[in-house]
Amino acid sequence: MEKRTTFSKWSIGFLFAVPQILLIFTFFYWPAGEAVYWSLTLQQPWGGGNEWVGLDNFRSILTNPEYWNSVTLSLTFAAITTTLAMGGGLILAALTDRQLKGSKIYRVVLIWPYGIAAPALAMAFRFILAPEAGFMSVVNHYWPGLWDPGLNGADAMASIIIAFSWKYIGYNFIFFLAALQGVPRSLIEAAAMDGSSVLRRFRDVQLPLLTPTIFFLLVINITESFQDSFGIVDIMTSGGPANSTNLMVYKIYFDGFKGLDYSGAAAQSIILMLLIILLTIFQFRFIERRVHYR
Amino acid sequence: MSKLKNCISAAAAGVMSLALALPAAAAPIKFDFWFGLSGDLERVVQTMCTNFNNSQTDYQVVCTSQGNYDAALQNTIAAFRAGKQPTIVQVYDVGTATMMLSGAYYPVSKLMSENGYKVNWNDYFPGIARYYATSKGELLSFPFNSSTALLYWNKDAFAKIGKTAAPKTWEEAADDMKALKGAGYDCPMAINISGNESWQLMEQFSAIHNEPVATQNNGYDGLDARLTVNKTKFVKYVTDLKSWYDAGLIKIKSKDLGQDMVQAFASGDCQMILTSVGDHGTVSKTQKAGMNWDVAELPVYAGTERKNSLVGGASLWVLAGKSSDEYKGAAAFLNFIAKPETALFWSTNTGYIPVTKSGFDFMKSSGFYDKAPYKGREVAIASLTASEPTAITRGVRLGNFTQIRAEFGNQMQAIFANKVSVQEGLDNLVKNGNAVLDRFEATYKGKQLP
Repeated sequence: MEKRTTFSKWSIGFLFAVPQILLIFTFFYWPAGEAVYWSLTLQQPWGGGNEWVGLDNFRSILTNPEYWNSVTLSLTFAAITTTLAMGGGLILAALTDRQLKGSKIYRVVLIWPYGIAAPALAMAFRFILAPEAGFMSVVNHYWPGLWDPGLNGADAMASIIIAFSWKYIGYNFIFFLAALQGVPRSLIEAAAMDGSSVLRRFRDVQLPLLTPTIFFLLVINITESFQDSFGIVDIMTSGGPANSTNLMVYKIYFDGFKGLDYSGAAAQSIILMLLIILLTIFQFRFIERRVHYR
Repeated sequence: MSKLKNCISAAAAGVMSLALALPAAAAPIKFDFWFGLSGDLERVVQTMCTNFNNSQTDYQVVCTSQGNYDAALQNTIAAFRAGKQPTIVQVYDVGTATMMLSGAYYPVSKLMSENGYKVNWNDYFPGIARYYATSKGELLSFPFNSSTALLYWNKDAFAKIGKTAAPKTWEEAADDMKALKGAGYDCPMAINISGNESWQLMEQFSAIHNEPVATQNNGYDGLDARLTVNKTKFVKYVTDLKSWYDAGLIKIKSKDLGQDMVQAFASGDCQMILTSVGDHGTVSKTQKAGMNWDVAELPVYAGTERKNSLVGGASLWVLAGKSSDEYKGAAAFLNFIAKPETALFWSTNTGYIPVTKSGFDFMKSSGFYDKAPYKGREVAIASLTASEPTAITRGVRLGNFTQIRAEFGNQMQAIFANKVSVQEGLDNLVKNGNAVLDRFEATYKGKQLP
């Protein structure tokens, strides 16, 4: 069946497309274009003038070890949080889907974390993970100095990873549960009658049918870990100690808004944007091929 | 949220100009004042604005908090670029160099004289005035909420080691810390080592020891100033702080760890802290019941001739591009703020100090400093006026100083976590800080500080 709408004149079609094009232009291409322009100049914050410097901003960023440190941190953060959040979400969804006692309550309760704004949950986790006053003070009571996100970079990184993953477990859970409930019961029942165990059914029946969802969530989780981590870092660690949680997105915020280095921040945003575009292309070209939709 | 506020104030400005266009006779001239204080301090500012509005009928100031100092500056820059800036904005001390090069302001000394106010600028404490003045001494912004760093010490704990006075030198402080530890106090002194504490640890220390933070007289003489803190007495100070930390005499306290140093002091957990006189009120309000404490000037190393400490806090900048009527209002408002009565109101309700000698005298004569919760705050004035400001103790005027302070925090954390030695850490601070200064100089190519 032909679903495409045809117009007698191209101008009418164009007219229908105009609002969309204007929206995309205003909210994406224009600011992005502005950012590209800024990244090629040195902007005076008060707008007193700017100087064309070509690729100098990129050169100074790419030769700065601090910058590469923040790239490494962002990639590590993305890998670990995506694994934790997707793994956690999948396990919880699988358990809920099995309709154990109280699963209806879990279904509602487990969605809540995603509804909490990043700064609010960062405040909560700052309290929970504080080495002296929070719940973690118990750990330090028995093993003094074991947990110290104030001076130990690895501990600080662990705390933002825990907070971020906790939030996205809820998000992933919704999608996994929806996908699991879309798997025909008959398949699972048939497998059960063949005598396969719960784990076996999960691995050979449910998991393969989840691959499109897994792929979708992989893209979203990685992208969000680059962008949505900002609020958590800002409140929990401010990028410290000694830059050990200075993720790319936080560095952009700090240099641009606090440091008033608009051009340096614009250049970093362009690099971050390219990185996300590359990752997404990679995912669609190489991983999507292994995902079957029907 | 701030965008929304900008929109609202822009809309308000539009309505206002409409109202002005109408021949309505006695409508007061409205103008905007954006500030960075929030919470309790925001309410004090709002009360002050209401007091001004009630004091006369010609002008009406609309005061809007932007949440914090960073946001106040960011929002003002955005508003200025869009031509919707407020008439007056409060900018924190480290934003001074950026403001001076912005070309976006109307010098307050000019504003006041052109609008017929005779201000005795010599009445301002020199340590405060010179921070905000050009190298020739013309005041560009209006000193508003000023503070300086002090040593807070717990008298009860010191009594246990047989002392009735705060340590005057760091050598004495080290002995006191050991004695306190020996007397069973777990945390003789608390510090924090984030970028925010660059102020009391690096900048104030350097000033009272008359040591430079950067070349070119701390940046006053040119944008080509570069950091020098890896070669001054500051190296010894950091080395000592680190060794005291390693010996358990100093504890690190910060919000991230669950208790910041002011809380640690107020609750009696730590016996000494170095912080702003602005925290004097907080300690009084939150202290453990019955605890006896006092403030003193920051210690110096033995044999040092003490110089004045630096002013902290923020000043008021009048922005360019407003109507002469609004400037008249702004001048009237600044004149109101400068009155000794307003200074008394302001200092009573915050922890900030009066910025003029006459304001200080008025407060002293009205018995302010004899009363319990305010007693001791006069030490801040003594510290700020310990000497005539030298070329180095006028202040620190470096571009993008927020980034340099952040770098200070990074390197201090690396030093305290034993990732680098003290000298390596300070060398890194200088290297990375200089890169920031290079960028700033390139951004304002060919420009000079006024």
